[in-house]
Amino acid sequence: MVHQPYIWAIVTLLLLLVINLIKDPGYLGISVNGTTGNLSGNPIDILRASAPIMMIAVGMTLVIATRGIDLSVGSVMAVSGAVSMEFMSNQSGGDAGSAIVAALLALAVSAFLGTVNGVLVSIVGLQPFITTLITMLAGRGLAKVITSGQNTSATNEPFRWLANGTVFGFPVVFIIAGVIVAIVAFLVRRTALGLMIESIGINPRAARMAGIRPIGILIAVYIVSAVLAGVAGIFSTASVMTVEVAKTGLNAEMDAILAVVIGGTSLAGGKFSLTGSVIGALLIATLDKTIVFLSIPSSATPAFKAVVIVIICLLQSQRVRALFARRKSRTTPTASVPTRKETVSA
Amino acid sequence: MNTLTDRPTPDAPVLPRRSLLSRLTPNLETLPTLAAVVIFIGMVVYGEIAYGRIVQASTISNLLINNAYLIILAVGLTFVILTGGVDLSVGAIIAISSLIGVMLANSGWNPIAVMVIMILIGSAFGVFSGVLVQYFNVQPFIATLAMMFLGRGLASMLSTTPERLADDSPIRSLSTEWKVIDGPKINDLITTPNVLIALLVVAAAFVVLHKTRLGRTVYAIGGSEQSALLMGLPVVRTKLMVYVISGTLAGLAAVVYTSKLGIAQNITGVGWELDAIAAVIIGGTLLTGGAGFVLGSVVGALVLGLMNVLITRDGSIPPEATTIITGGILLVFVLLQRLVVSRKRKT
Repeated sequence: MVHQPYIWAIVTLLLLLVINLIKDPGYLGISVNGTTGNLSGNPIDILRASAPIMMIAVGMTLVIATRGIDLSVGSVMAVSGAVSMEFMSNQSGGDAGSAIVAALLALAVSAFLGTVNGVLVSIVGLQPFITTLITMLAGRGLAKVITSGQNTSATNEPFRWLANGTVFGFPVVFIIAGVIVAIVAFLVRRTALGLMIESIGINPRAARMAGIRPIGILIAVYIVSAVLAGVAGIFSTASVMTVEVAKTGLNAEMDAILAVVIGGTSLAGGKFSLTGSVIGALLIATLDKTIVFLSIPSSATPAFKAVVIVIICLLQSQRVRALFARRKSRTTPTASVPTRKETVSA
Repeated sequence: MNTLTDRPTPDAPVLPRRSLLSRLTPNLETLPTLAAVVIFIGMVVYGEIAYGRIVQASTISNLLINNAYLIILAVGLTFVILTGGVDLSVGAIIAISSLIGVMLANSGWNPIAVMVIMILIGSAFGVFSGVLVQYFNVQPFIATLAMMFLGRGLASMLSTTPERLADDSPIRSLSTEWKVIDGPKINDLITTPNVLIALLVVAAAFVVLHKTRLGRTVYAIGGSEQSALLMGLPVVRTKLMVYVISGTLAGLAAVVYTSKLGIAQNITGVGWELDAIAAVIIGGTLLTGGAGFVLGSVVGALVLGLMNVLITRDGSIPPEATTIITGGILLVFVLLQRLVVSRKRKT
């Protein structure tokens, strides 16, 4: 359990799938559309729905590893969607060129918001939680100002393809998400970057004394988180080609935090697991689908997620762990119980 | 600026005796609160010059009537933030509490019982958050974020459409308008039971924070939890208590808000936790805890309320931009706090 912190996530994921299978034995069936070669079925739907969550969860993992938090991802999604939709609704063509420009523009604005977060956290030294709360507040307002409070729509086939298209039958969103996750994983695991991020989360002062410059890394981490949130915003607006300024990305920060903690990354910072967060994102997408499938009103999903997050927080808490450790064995006392005490500050 | 320290600071926590030299320099701890007061006065003056009809009885009455719920929320959050925590669940508590309240009232429950239940719902959420934070070491904002989602989710399960309180419901009597001074035309000084409730809450919070052992412990925990523990203060009980106070006051704010509007919905109160936090921070309470004033939070709430009035009067600022301005003000005050704290470390 210590080696694979996300084992419970996998168990829960399988449990949810079993529940669905009991309701409908054909739930996991994948069919191939004869004319287009597209795969369809619930598992493909889950993959498609998990792509945006996966994006923000991966960014959030890095931020949380530095002992930070990014509450602004949902608002960044809305801003990104608003920028791209507003740009394309002013372009009449609907060609691939304007789709690319729209996407790049959206990502640039997202990166700017990430820079603001990063600078305020690292150079000014504000608490991550309040910094990103401010950008969350202001970002949602910014999205509304960009579209003048309207839910802007646009028509652009190439842009729409990003969210609804398929390559070899697989949804494009999932492929793009997979590629981005692979790139991030390569960057943090094949270079020293991951270690540096972890060391900042474990002990910022020791990290600085060891010659790591926290400022650059912190800014980079918040930019990555915001850009990935921007990608998620493009995904979720492209599927309907409309940005709902009040709704796009609402509560996305909760999904991302949930995915990260389900994946076994501690909110206290330090060691992180990207694989775990990806599994967490898949679990959340499955949970969302299951709740709809069991015909529970989808507005009730936050309650279920809250219960899940409370349970996970309890499992992570020292008190409960100590209880488990004591019951498990007396041969290895307190070996698995972390004794960090300073982790509770918000 | 030298005269600033001569002003009586009515709700200052017990400060050590200061030498003559330090008396002449402005007190850093009261600086953010003074800044908020200055901004409030500045806004009033600007509003009066630019739009007129700000300094008059009816505007001031409406400011208090419309922001009674926010003042109550901000008072509750002051307790939590003073200990270095935060409570994000207050908006969701208002949603579920007012929804349940309206439903019970419409099905013929005794209005007094309904109001008590509404307040107790808030207390229950506060107990949950407090237990998670204190006994299981969950970070305050994660614990209360979970409570926020739980509250909203439960409210959505109950109803997703607006529930209307019956027009003759006794709960509405809390928002009866009493004319205190009958001014010319519509310029009356009006008050409602809601405003009185809010003022009572402020007065009670003031007494608790500055005159009781509980209040002293709240400040001590915010200053340094370790020291408070070593001094033998009841840290566990007090930290649990502040979340219960915050939750209970959120329940009370639900009563106040419902009686005024008469409508409850699952999306009532979205983002109010941010308004309340902003009010507390603008009012000069340090986000890291240990320093701040409950009266400052009231000023903070009034600054936000007045800002809305001015934006409405101005008309040229799109209402969508309100949250950007709130965010901007919040940022300025957090930066100001940062400055104050770093100054304090140097001295």
